[in-house]
Amino acid sequence: MSAPDILDRLAASIPYIRFLGIVFERRGDELTALMPYKPDLIGNPLLPALHGGATGAFLEITAVMQIVSDTALADAAGGDLPEDYAPVIPKPIDITFDYLRSGKPRDTYARAIVQRRGRRVANMRIEAWQEERAKLIAAAHGNFLLGGSK
Amino acid sequence: MPKIDLQKRLTEGKADGDGIGNVLTGLPHSAAMGMRIISADQGEALLMLPYNPDLVGDVVTGILGGGAITALLDTCCGTAVVTTKARVISTATLDLRIDYMRPATPGEAVYAHATCYRVARSVAFVRALAYHDDRDRPIATAAAAFIVERKAEKKE
Repeated sequence: MSAPDILDRLAASIPYIRFLGIVFERRGDELTALMPYKPDLIGNPLLPALHGGATGAFLEITAVMQIVSDTALADAAGGDLPEDYAPVIPKPIDITFDYLRSGKPRDTYARAIVQRRGRRVANMRIEAWQEERAKLIAAAHGNFLLGGSK
Repeated sequence: MPKIDLQKRLTEGKADGDGIGNVLTGLPHSAAMGMRIISADQGEALLMLPYNPDLVGDVVTGILGGGAITALLDTCCGTAVVTTKARVISTATLDLRIDYMRPATPGEAVYAHATCYRVARSVAFVRALAYHDDRDRPIATAAAAFIVERKAEKKE
């Protein structure tokens, strides 16, 4: 299996990713996550605005999948991965979310950048936006534990 | 902005029939996750998230996604803010920091308790804790700031 196939299989298998309706688009080693709008994502029906928790979860999942993708690409080393390749899902240690604009009832995008990846911890910066890339609705930075338990 | 009773919308919900709190019907995303309100008064809120297989983030372990804990803590903090005596009529999360101490146990409900310990003119400060049944063994802690809009004090 190719590294992208592994990623697609993983994303399809995680209930919480399906619950939020998140899908991933790939350009080389860069992932763009898309959370299509649905009424279940609303926190404030009067504005209306996306729930900060939904946006936060979206940012976190984007970071996790970027790390998994990087690991799979590195493990594949340009070739294929075994059929039973089981990606280790990184666990958040701490994350700080900044809510910059109210999330409109529209599709939301996110990308994660690895600021530093060590042996045990990856430090990530994640940004989410809607119709304009330069107008972030939320950003986050956090540390993720790579494999193993805490 | 329409005039609404934010506190009512946040702190009242539909009873679920099993006697454990009310579903947060005023917040569609929280309701979809299955969050319930157990108590909310005087700047403190206690919420409960029943174990929900749809929120699992790791199928191998069955552990809830970290984001589900984030959403629970965010909701709990916001609820605490609107129940202070500061007459808050609207609130939005400004920032939220979460420390994930240990994974939630699969199959078990997660509780969240938040305390709003300061409401300034336009910002409220909140701390919260997520746990199963022992507050001394937290799953996660949160520190948050909310932008608030307060009802003007009436002049006598």
